[in-house]
Amino acid sequence: MRIGLFATCLGDTLFPEAVKSTAVLLARLGHDVVFPPGQTCCGQMHVNTGYQREPVPLVRNFAEQFGDSSIDAVVMPSGSCAGSVRHQHEIVAERYGDASLRAGVATVKAKTYELSELLVDVLGVTGVGAYFPHRVTYHPTCHSLRMLRVGDKPLRLLRAVEAIDLVELPQADACCGFGGTFAVKNAGTSTAMLQDKMRNIGTTRAAVCTAGDSSCLMHIGGGLSRIRSGTRTLHLAQILGSTRTTPHALTEAVR
Amino acid sequence: MNTFLGMPATPPRSPYGTGNLRGDRKFPKAAHDELANGQLRRNLGRATSTIRTKRLVVTGELPDWEQLRDAGSAVKTDTMNRLPELLEQLEQKVTERGGTVHWARDGVEANEIVARLIRATGSSDVIKVKSMATQEIGLNEHLESLGITPYETDLAELIVQLADDKPSHILVPAIHRNRDEIRQIFLDEIPGVDPDLDNVPAHLAAAARAYLREKFMTTRVAVSGANFGIAETGTLSVVESEGNGRMCLTLPDTLITVMGIEKVLPRYQDLEVFLQLLPRSSTGERMNPYTSLWTGVTPGDGPQDFHLVLLDNGRTAALADPIGREALNCIRCSACLNVCPVYERTGGHAYGSTYPGPIGAVLTPQLAGMDAAKDDPNSSLPYASSLCGACFDACPVKIDIPSMLVELRHQHTEQSGASAEKLAMKAAAAVMKRPKLYTAAQKAAALGRVVGGRDGTITHLPAPFDGWSDSRDTAAPPKQSFRSWLASAEGAATLRAAAEEGVLPATDAHTEDQ
Repeated sequence: MRIGLFATCLGDTLFPEAVKSTAVLLARLGHDVVFPPGQTCCGQMHVNTGYQREPVPLVRNFAEQFGDSSIDAVVMPSGSCAGSVRHQHEIVAERYGDASLRAGVATVKAKTYELSELLVDVLGVTGVGAYFPHRVTYHPTCHSLRMLRVGDKPLRLLRAVEAIDLVELPQADACCGFGGTFAVKNAGTSTAMLQDKMRNIGTTRAAVCTAGDSSCLMHIGGGLSRIRSGTRTLHLAQILGSTRTTPHALTEAVR
Repeated sequence: MNTFLGMPATPPRSPYGTGNLRGDRKFPKAAHDELANGQLRRNLGRATSTIRTKRLVVTGELPDWEQLRDAGSAVKTDTMNRLPELLEQLEQKVTERGGTVHWARDGVEANEIVARLIRATGSSDVIKVKSMATQEIGLNEHLESLGITPYETDLAELIVQLADDKPSHILVPAIHRNRDEIRQIFLDEIPGVDPDLDNVPAHLAAAARAYLREKFMTTRVAVSGANFGIAETGTLSVVESEGNGRMCLTLPDTLITVMGIEKVLPRYQDLEVFLQLLPRSSTGERMNPYTSLWTGVTPGDGPQDFHLVLLDNGRTAALADPIGREALNCIRCSACLNVCPVYERTGGHAYGSTYPGPIGAVLTPQLAGMDAAKDDPNSSLPYASSLCGACFDACPVKIDIPSMLVELRHQHTEQSGASAEKLAMKAAAAVMKRPKLYTAAQKAAALGRVVGGRDGTITHLPAPFDGWSDSRDTAAPPKQSFRSWLASAEGAATLRAAAEEGVLPATDAHTEDQ
């Protein structure tokens, strides 16, 4: 399969390891990874903050970069960016776009997947040959859970990882408090939510808290680092990308 | 010759400066203070988690719960699509059965109508059934200013009223109080209360009951809201737990009901759907203890003088918005409050409106406007959410609150003028729409490494990001972006090696079967 990889602006710029692991994982599974070099950002931050005119060029660019019919599917290691493409691009296109943009958005939306959806639903795999001998807890991010409805797909992938010690996160479905610009505009409330999430992570005594979205992990990881909790965050793709021959080493600073 | 009738005027919102649909400061500031209230945090945390669990049990036991939600949503949507004709039908039926219908454009008009009706009875006291609509328009304050004393008869509303406080939850208005505070309020405010009253809930309830019983037996006028008004028959309905509502609706000579126009339902049979949805979503009960239904006046039984005040107060303005009108489908169950992580921590007062929580954040700005004055506090409400979506899942009539929040944020940025944020958003989009500029910006961001400490961690950020960095470290940007790694020899070699290696079979039986 020819799979278009959308790195997301956050993944490309700040969390490249998660995107590298996504690319490596897909290559290992025997697929062609296509990276349209003109890609930038899906515009989620704009739309969620109330700006719908400004991201029109971003929505158009996404549709152009990934619209080509030679790309069978588009994947991104982010539930919220996949949610943006699938739910918000058409809102923007309907309101401020033209007919060609609306058509482009509809085409690309139909083949866009978050990583766990692509693996389980499209490629039909749960065992991806991963090896990760650490204690791990999984936080289902809100947009994966309630916008994309990925359900237990990430957990099925994690359960199939060799040597993993997967522990359940109490009150897993509660929001971590990130919410994009919410964490800046309502920093106090966001912090109160983050504290409860960190307390629940703490009870698992996990070495790693994982999720399918680098943005939520940036938030949770930033809090865990501040309190020197000893638990670090790692994107789901990095656990699935870790193998016996090239294991992920938990040596980086806790963040 | 053409007769130009002009564009229809935009329907009015609730007039600025009236009623209880606007706080005096923005949400982040109000929330900041509420977050520091430990009592509030504990009460809310306990109460909301208890109701959440109960709700999940009683909604999970119904095999057709999802179909009920769909039915509720469909009936409400149909209602909003033909609201004018249904309201006229309701008026006709109520009138036929001996009631009188009044139309109130806004809260000011409704308050005047209710006050006039009470004065006509000669009574200077009224007993009240817990009602969101009268809270919204500030009816009690208006009546008091005219020398008419309203007595709230719902236990929690009574506590709030005696303490000269405001409700903080749609269903449990005194959720922010504990039993010691309630005991003190009763000792201070209830005339003739036993000075040895302790804080045992049953004793507190008994003290309130004794006080209220005398009001029920002596007051000749009652004011209520309505949960439902049936267009087909002219029947009104109030759903409650304590029986105080039943007393108010049956004992007085005169009953005045203030109902938001969105509360109408087409058919009597529609109650089948909503009387299942409402109690299960609201108190987590299969059925609420008291459901009262009345149709106009019944000679020799119950109030002989019945008035229905139909309240607009910004509802037609909300109806005019193709996306926002969905908020009018709300049946005030408060399930969205109980699952909201923001509400759970800040409580209802932070929202400044009669309607707090997720539904309040979308309803309040539509009823009262959010850019009615400079720095309108209501403009902060659509941002009082992390967009986690828990409210949408809990809503018995499937109101897509997260999408509506995003829509209202958009309306706000369109209505408000230039701002630093708008400039920043434009600048970000201008960079991101040009891949070359974007790549250059990535390289500039990598230079941000210098502000990271020795461990690559940034601990302090300037405003407006200082709230973030107060409690979170930020990883310094990596040396290399993904795209430059991919374009490098190392990137190409890594992907080639991965393709050649393929997926190795697992060495134990850990793999899940397909």
